[in-house]
Amino acid sequence: MKEKTHVDDINRSIYDFRFDEDDFYKVDSGLTPEIVMQISEEKGDPEWMKEFRLKSLEIFNRIPMTKAGPSIEGLNMDNIVTYVRPNTKMHADWDEVPEEIKETFERLGIPQAERESLAGVGAQYDSELVYHNIREDVAAQGVIYTDIESALHGPYADMIREHFMKLIPPTDHKFAALHGAVWSGGSFVYVPKGVSVEIPLQSYFRLNAPGAGQFEHTLIIVDEGAYLHFIEGCSAPKYNIANLHAGAVELFVGKNAKIRYSTIENWSKNMYNLNTKRAIVEEGGTIEWVSGSFGSHVSYLYPMSILNGKGAKSEFTGVTFAGKDQDLDTGCKVLMNAPDTTSYVNTRSISKDGGINTFRSSVVVTEKAKGAKSAVSCQSLMVDNISRSDTIPVMDIRCADCDIGHEATIGRISDDTVFYLMSRGLSEEEAKALIVSGFADNVSKELPLEYAVEMNNLIRLEMVGVIG
Amino acid sequence: MSDKKMLEVTGLKVNVADKEILHGIDLSVDAGEIHVIMGPNGAGKSTLGNAIAGAPKFEITDGTIRFNGEDITDLSPDKRAKAGIYLSFQNPVEVPGITLSNFIRTCLEQKTGERIRIWTFKKELEATMELLGMDPSYAERDLNVGFSGGEKKKAEILQLLMLKPELAILDETDSGLDIDSVRTVSKGIEQYRNTVGGSLIIITHITRILDGMTVDKTHILADGKIVAEGDRSLIDNVNDKGFDQFINK
Repeated sequence: MKEKTHVDDINRSIYDFRFDEDDFYKVDSGLTPEIVMQISEEKGDPEWMKEFRLKSLEIFNRIPMTKAGPSIEGLNMDNIVTYVRPNTKMHADWDEVPEEIKETFERLGIPQAERESLAGVGAQYDSELVYHNIREDVAAQGVIYTDIESALHGPYADMIREHFMKLIPPTDHKFAALHGAVWSGGSFVYVPKGVSVEIPLQSYFRLNAPGAGQFEHTLIIVDEGAYLHFIEGCSAPKYNIANLHAGAVELFVGKNAKIRYSTIENWSKNMYNLNTKRAIVEEGGTIEWVSGSFGSHVSYLYPMSILNGKGAKSEFTGVTFAGKDQDLDTGCKVLMNAPDTTSYVNTRSISKDGGINTFRSSVVVTEKAKGAKSAVSCQSLMVDNISRSDTIPVMDIRCADCDIGHEATIGRISDDTVFYLMSRGLSEEEAKALIVSGFADNVSKELPLEYAVEMNNLIRLEMVGVIG
Repeated sequence: MSDKKMLEVTGLKVNVADKEILHGIDLSVDAGEIHVIMGPNGAGKSTLGNAIAGAPKFEITDGTIRFNGEDITDLSPDKRAKAGIYLSFQNPVEVPGITLSNFIRTCLEQKTGERIRIWTFKKELEATMELLGMDPSYAERDLNVGFSGGEKKKAEILQLLMLKPELAILDETDSGLDIDSVRTVSKGIEQYRNTVGGSLIIITHITRILDGMTVDKTHILADGKIVAEGDRSLIDNVNDKGFDQFINK
């Protein structure tokens, strides 16, 4: 083909917008015990939480920088404003949410997403929850869906104290310690025994102020035999100052219970996304992760499943799309620590325009895990010759009686397929977008329709430069 | 039928992986005509079909291709498709992630630049699939994924009938098909003639697919050159005596 089509860099301005944060309250840049105390006071933390924050800060200052993944040298902690709070209190009614915050949400399509069928929306603007709503019938089932700050003072205070950062202790790594010190906002969900929440609960996260980090905490406890689908969607406006996201997600899956946790992340391309997610699963329980990573400059994201009871299951389905200037280190970890546990990992990664993708997985099978089964499959697609894709699977098997498999493929878009599609009248970009969407099909078909559409739009945006 | 020149290939030389496969081909197809290209294996028949459709692997080093008066030698495959050229692939590619039905609809929308009315589209698709003896479930399966050889070829003819191009190049559409499937494909070609009235270039080395079909011109391709041309009687000649008679020894 003599006529080459140039694919322009995509116009991300569709997602990159912001409002002034004039009226907003900010703490000083840089992290000192005084700042942490200030945050704690502002939030009206109970005493134990204040101590927890200070202890976490101490750990943060003591332990060395995480060096496992891509370089995060562009991150200057002295420059990070750790806490920005919109000048509004919690709202249960959409009409009372300030106009400009509403406008940001509207441009993100949140009100559209919040339809009758959706259970509730916990939307986070900067570091504070500004809007929280839950459908009455879900609440009537005894399901608790609130922000952690409120829950710390309510009837579930003890439950939070018992679980908060027990799966992800501040000693885990530098950014877990940072999170412990400055966490702010996020969600608390409790689903009582035997209750099946038929409609997904949703939460949106977004960063707005320049240099502001976001440290939201998600704590979900699903009791024996209960079921929950939780959806987390993220996108952030673009800034020149390095942005940091170091959230934490802790999921407790009870006996024979099930959580499906779906995420589409589309951080702007200056974001350092150093998020930690972890689930512990009791006997007969199931954790299903569905994860789509599109944005950020650097990502470290490896949701972990701890299968701690007989017959516990973990399923991880993920897609990562790394474009220009993106270095995305994603994957998952599974600890199989009980008999007859099973884990499936199925990922796709796409790199384009010099983007770097690293798939990292760790499967640990302990001596207790007799009869365990694990299958890891990762496929990578490179759209051009300047992009990069690496696969780093680690397996630590300490049990003879188990069945473990791994497969990995790295491929390019086949010229024959592109020609076939073009011979039917599709442009080169359309053809490639179609191939990439098909490649990422494993994730999109796991998502609720509106998210699948959003994901395909993101792929089209990356590949063609317009939303069709 | 109009008598205007539809496809004019002049002095076409084509390289594949830096090796010259076609050494100067002249071919002229008028609107509404059926041309047959025959020749032994490795003669360059598929190369010619692919070069006309604009396959990037086939590098045109000399000569021109004109379509409806426009020089398309340097056009990308999608623009040739939009101009009205269709290639039925010898080995259709499997594309996961889009169903046969959605794919055809997307192509139609790309071609016309208009939204297709779903109801009308579905009805036409179902009727055409029935004509080709395709199970309706194939419409909702991913494009060619896990299709048998025969179903893949039928899907190619299905696309031909739905996209309605002015010129269809069938690259060994009959190869590897059982006798019933060949008949079905012939029926599809007849339908294309009746409803669209487009031109055809049929590349084949067996002739069963041509039974009962009018043929305007037959070209024998050997060693990258057209070595003989004639009417339908040339096909019978080949069936009797083979290709050897045309090849310089």
